[in-house]
Parts: sequence; structure tokens; C-alpha cells
Amino acid sequence: MSDVAETVDNAVETQHGCPVVDSLGQRVLLATRENYISVVKALVDEGYTMCIDLTGVDYLNLPNRKVGHGVTPERFEVVANFLSLTLRQRIRVRVQIPENDATLPSLFDLHPGTEAHERETFDMFGISFDGHPDMTRILMPEDWDGHPLRKDYDQGSIPVQFKGSNS
Amino acid sequence: MTIVSAGTNEGGQELLSRSDLTAKELLREVGSVLRLSETEAAALASVADEAPEDQTMIINMGPQHPSTHGVLRLMLELQGETVLRCKPIIGYLHTGMEKTGEALSYMQGGTNVTRMDYLSPLNNELVFSLAVEKLLGIDGDIPERATWMRMLLSELNRMSSHLLFLATNGMDIGAVSMMLYGWREREDVLRFFQKVTGLRMTHTFIRPGGLAADLPAGWRDDVLEILENLPSRLEEYDILMSGQPIWRERLQGVGVITAQEAIALGVTGPILRSTGVPWDLRRDMPYLHYDQLEFDVVVGEYGDAYDRYSIRFNEIRESMRIVYQILDRMPSGDYRIQDKKVTPPPRARIDESMEALIHHFKIFTEGFKVPEGEVYVSIESPRGEIGCYIVSDGSSHPYRMHVRAPSFVNIQAMPHMMRGGLVADAVAVISSVDPVLGEVDR
Amino acid sequence: MGLVQNVLDDGLGGIEHNFVTARIEDLVKWARSRSSWGASFGLACCAIEMMGTGASHYDLSRFGMEVFRASPRQADIMIVAGRVSQKMAPVLRQVYDQMMEPKWVISMGVCASSGGMFNNYAIVQGVDQIVPVDVYAPGCPPTPETLIHAIETLHQLIEDGEIMRRRESNNGGAGIQLTEGAVTAAPVTLGTK
Repeated sequence: MSDVAETVDNAVETQHGCPVVDSLGQRVLLATRENYISVVKALVDEGYTMCIDLTGVDYLNLPNRKVGHGVTPERFEVVANFLSLTLRQRIRVRVQIPENDATLPSLFDLHPGTEAHERETFDMFGISFDGHPDMTRILMPEDWDGHPLRKDYDQGSIPVQFKGSNS
Repeated sequence: MTIVSAGTNEGGQELLSRSDLTAKELLREVGSVLRLSETEAAALASVADEAPEDQTMIINMGPQHPSTHGVLRLMLELQGETVLRCKPIIGYLHTGMEKTGEALSYMQGGTNVTRMDYLSPLNNELVFSLAVEKLLGIDGDIPERATWMRMLLSELNRMSSHLLFLATNGMDIGAVSMMLYGWREREDVLRFFQKVTGLRMTHTFIRPGGLAADLPAGWRDDVLEILENLPSRLEEYDILMSGQPIWRERLQGVGVITAQEAIALGVTGPILRSTGVPWDLRRDMPYLHYDQLEFDVVVGEYGDAYDRYSIRFNEIRESMRIVYQILDRMPSGDYRIQDKKVTPPPRARIDESMEALIHHFKIFTEGFKVPEGEVYVSIESPRGEIGCYIVSDGSSHPYRMHVRAPSFVNIQAMPHMMRGGLVADAVAVISSVDPVLGEVDR
Repeated sequence: MGLVQNVLDDGLGGIEHNFVTARIEDLVKWARSRSSWGASFGLACCAIEMMGTGASHYDLSRFGMEVFRASPRQADIMIVAGRVSQKMAPVLRQVYDQMMEPKWVISMGVCASSGGMFNNYAIVQGVDQIVPVDVYAPGCPPTPETLIHAIETLHQLIEDGEIMRRRESNNGGAGIQLTEGAVTAAPVTLGTK
């Protein structure tokens, strides 16, 4: 994002080579696809031993949003929440994922508990995870078309009709 | 006329037989089922030849099965009576709630989330409301009474949820009388909820900005009545079950999980505490006013089904202790924030002020706008950490609303707990994980 | 007490009015309506209320319905309690097909009846698209009182209904044609915006 004020600012706080954003008092790391695994590994060493949550967001309708610190926004984003039981702190990692190559390395080796989350993200957004042992749908039937939580997927509501009503 | 039964086939989501897998695929699958990394799974080199194909069979359990707590489907690979592999297949209650959540305004969102974990609906509403309030920046301005009321309801809800666990756990293990007792106690709490919120379940009572209404007259007596009746009855159930040899035999040493495994799997709540990790968000990352209260975090030691049972049992007692303190300290005042942006005007004002009428109309048709941002808020529900991740684009509807459901994660620990156990213990394991499928599938 | 004593003393002869006249049809209907067993088909929130109705406080055994059968072969009434997803729909139909005639269906709650507030891609908008429904119970979730009323309504329907009902008028089922290849299992393609 070519926000001049942000690129000029050299005093950007970083952690493990990722710019840090403050989101309403919560610490967020903006990782890239390349350093994603190494960042999470560094976080594990730091004490963030629990991956609490991993999900995706489809920013189709907000192409020009500000991610912060000169990070180029892409259509998809994977958001992972980590928890440290010893520090009693949370940290969030956001990774931008382009539409034409929606893949991300899997966290399975570091956090085996992300297995279900990654399958759900695959099912709902079509983001596939390299190295995941069982990349199948988890919530929808296997032969379902499309990925429901994408913004270009219709909600699928059927107009309510009042047929045969007396009044 | 031909009637053909529509079969259930989820293709690759199902547990495949050994003959359909190469040795490497089998290792990977055991690895994924057991949630081991590939290197660790490779160390289990014996997996490939632990059982010849003709000695094992895959049986299907669910999705319509009385002890799967709804529509959980398990596929179990058995050698004799021993469970070798197990795979939970979920999604049979997938409701598209996260998609619906994007179509509902923040005001309406509560109706959606409350139907996820239908055994602790008030906790779901609470976490959603807290997330919206954080986005609005009004999380510091919630009136005292609203906060204490939220805690009161949330703790009573924890009690009713754990009582239901006692009931279903009893039923699954074969102690059917416990089922009737558990339901009887839960009805007492539900009657109080009905008096306060108007509904027995799916209340939508905790809303962004506060609560929907004040506590009704005489609420204190109702709560006290529940609190006074319960201890002697809990005592009775303790005698009925905890010390009883059959009960112990069925639960002790069944479905063991270690602290390390639980943390690696992201498991929270009573299951994590049963392994000896004293982690309770109410104490460790306090929200509302839990830091001002005195209560103990109940911790187990062995990580088995019996520990999980006793933890939930004793958490009922801890919740009662908390509710007594809340009763003592319940302040008077407003039950919702008097912020024009979020709160609809009182009914009386609508009759006399055109502006109030317009304001009322706008809040309920258009909804209030929430500033851009993203936030993750989590609380301790009876089943573990429930979190709500909301992305706002500045409009009156969430751009993305995701709920981190504790059961969804906890259920993934089941194959690990079941491996090597008996098929009869599988039911005890399901029951002790206490999943709510509405929350798993959302 | 007197009656009991008479029976103890004289056996069946001690009952003063010791015979009943009725049409066999009425007796069959009466027996059916008073001992209709439910298939436990709990899905979501409503299942909890259904179990609550069966428990001690509301006590469904007053209506001869405390036995919830896990096997559909032994059940007369299927109470569809909760939202039916696209993934669950084939299972639901299979359970219904496995039930013996005569069989009845109660659609419990708005989600089962019409999809309720979940008007989206995942939920079948009304279970009557899959199985024929006899009684709809409104509410989200219906209170045990509502469910009991629905059950009572169904009992009345059974008593008033045709004894030999086999639904021939509507193809023995929901009036939907099932062809080889399991139509209900096919995905519903919704297209994109």
C-alpha cells in the first residue's frame, strides 16, 4: 500500500521481522507467506504454545483497505490467534493471500490442533494448506460446489412466499 | 414407483480402509487422526502392520445415534473390541451461521450466535456483545449493574450447562436415574431464565451495550431458592455416582490425554484443566469483573474421563460460590449503556418525541454503525474458550463474523483419546468431551 | 378400593361392567395413539427441549411416549427436532424410509418447519421438502408445552385418521419422486452473485 506517511516512518515496530499493528489494544503481526512458518516457530519458542484459532477472511469488497505498514492487501487473509499460557498474552498473525494462488503452508507440524481449522478454512474459502495431511472438506458435503464464505458466493436465501394464506 | 434410500457418503472425509491406503498414506492418516507430526507418525512404523486388513473392520457410528450428542458421526476402525483409528465426521448441522452473521446487523447478531452453543446461549451472546462493544469503543462505559447482571446470568448458565452434562453423561454410561435428576435441576435454572429473559433457551438477552431488560422483581429470591436447593442435591449425586464402583470403573483411566497433547491440540476448558493445567480465562485473563471475585479453578490430575466429570461437578459448586458473591454485590443503576448511538430510546419517549421515534426506527431497521477494525474477544464458556472474531468495514453489519467454538477444537482430541481403548469406552469419551454439535458445525 | 377387592375376591367376574363394546378400528386407533413411540432424531436446540420434555418435569410418559427408540424400525413418530442441513437431509430421508408404516412426522421448531432464521445455503428450507409432515410445532425452540400440544394434536389426528393409511395418493411418501441415484443427495447449486 503506497501510503507515504507509513512507508516513510522508519520507527515501525517489528517482531520476528514482521511489522506489528495495534488493533484496539491487541497485538497483531503482519506476516508474509514466506516467513509465516518461521514467525510461528519463533512465537512458539517465545512461549505462544497454543494455536487457539485459525480462520480466513475474504476481502473481495474492500480491495483498497489499509493493512498497515506498507503491506499490500490481497483478496484473502488468514488470521491465526496464538495464546501463551505462561505470559498470559495473545498475539494474532495475519497473512495476505492472493486470489490467483490461494495457498499457505500448513501449521500442522507446529500446532497439530490447527488440522480442523485449516480444513474449515479450505472448505469455506478455498484456501489450501500445503503439507496438511487431509485436505478435504469438513463441514459441507464432499461434492459441494463452491466455497460458501467467499463474498462472491450467494447467501442462498430463498424469498419467503406466503401461499394459501386466508388473509 | 421406486423408492431408493438416499445413502450417506462423504467421500474423502470418511475413514478409508487399510487396503485403500498405501503404507505412507496410512501413516499420514494415523498422523492426522492422532494429530502427530509426520516425523512422529513415521516413528510409529508399526502402524502399517499393527493389524492385517482381515482383522479389522470399520464401523460407522452416527450421525443418528443416541449417544453422539446430536449429529456427530464417528467412523471407528476396530480390531476385535479395540479402537485403532477413529475419525469424527462433522458438518451434519452446518447452519451457515457465519454467513448469516454477515447479513444480520450488530443488533440482530445476538439471535444468530445464541443458537450456536445452545446449552450455554448466554455465554455466546456475551462474547459477541463484548466483541462489538470493543469495536465500538464503549467497552469501558458499560454500567456496573449490566456487568454484574451479565456475570450472574453467565454463571447460572454455566451451572445449567454442567447439570445437563451430568444428565447426559449419566445417560451415556448407563446411570439413567442421573439423567432425570440432572434435567430436574436444570429446569429450576431454566425457569429463572424464562422469568428474566422470556425464553428457556436462545435468549438474545445480552446485547451490545448491555442487556435487553432489567431483572424482574423478586429475582433475588428466585436465585437464592436455586442456590439453597442445589447443595443437598449435589451431595446426593456425589454419593450416587462419584464413589460408586461401576461409575469409577467406567470412567477412570478412560480417554486419557496429557497436558502436552492438550496444549498442542488447542484443547481448552475442563478437558485442559483435567490434565492439570490450571487455565481458566475467568482467572487468568479476567473479563467483566471476575478479578474482583473469589473462586477456585478446579484442576484434575490424570486427564481421564473421571477427572473431566469431577471438574464439571465441582465447577457447579464454584459457580454457586460466585453467584452468592454476585448477589451480595449487585449494584443498582442502569442495565444498559445510555449511549444514543447504540441504545434505543425508552418506550415512553417514543410517544412524545419525534426524534426519539426516528432514532428508534433507525436503530431497528438500519442498525448502528461500527467503526472499521478487527477484534478477537474470548471468554470462558462451560466448554472452554469461546472467541469471537469480528471484522468491521464501518457499516452496520459485520464484514466477517467468526466464532471460535470450543467444542469444534475439543472434538478433534477424541481420536487421540480413543486410540487403543475399547469400543464401549468410546461412548464414555464422547460424553466426557461434552461437545455441542451446534457449535461444532455452526 | 371396592373394585379391587371385588376382583381379588371373584376374579374377573368381580368387575361389574366387565366388557366393552367398540369397533375394532377405534380400538386400533386408540391403541396406536396412546403408545406411539418416537424415533430420537435430535438435531439441534430443539433436541434439548425434546429431551427435556421426556424428562421428569414434563414427563412425556403421561402420553405413552417416554420411549424414544434409537432404531427407526421400532418407532412410530419421527420428531424432527432442529435445523436440517443439506448434509443431513439424505440421512433424514433414510431414517424415515427405515421406519415401519404407519408412521408420522412432527416438525419441531421453525428451523425444521421452514428453515427459520437460517435462510441460507446450508439449511433445507422446511423438512416437508424431504418427508411428509403431519404436525408443525412452532417456536424457536418450542417449549415443552408446545411440543406436548403438537403431540396431542398428532394423537387426535391418529384417532381421527384412516386406519389403513398408506399414503397411496401421494406415492407412499412425500409426493416427491425418488429416482435411482438418490436425488436428495445431490448438491443444490446456487450460482454466484
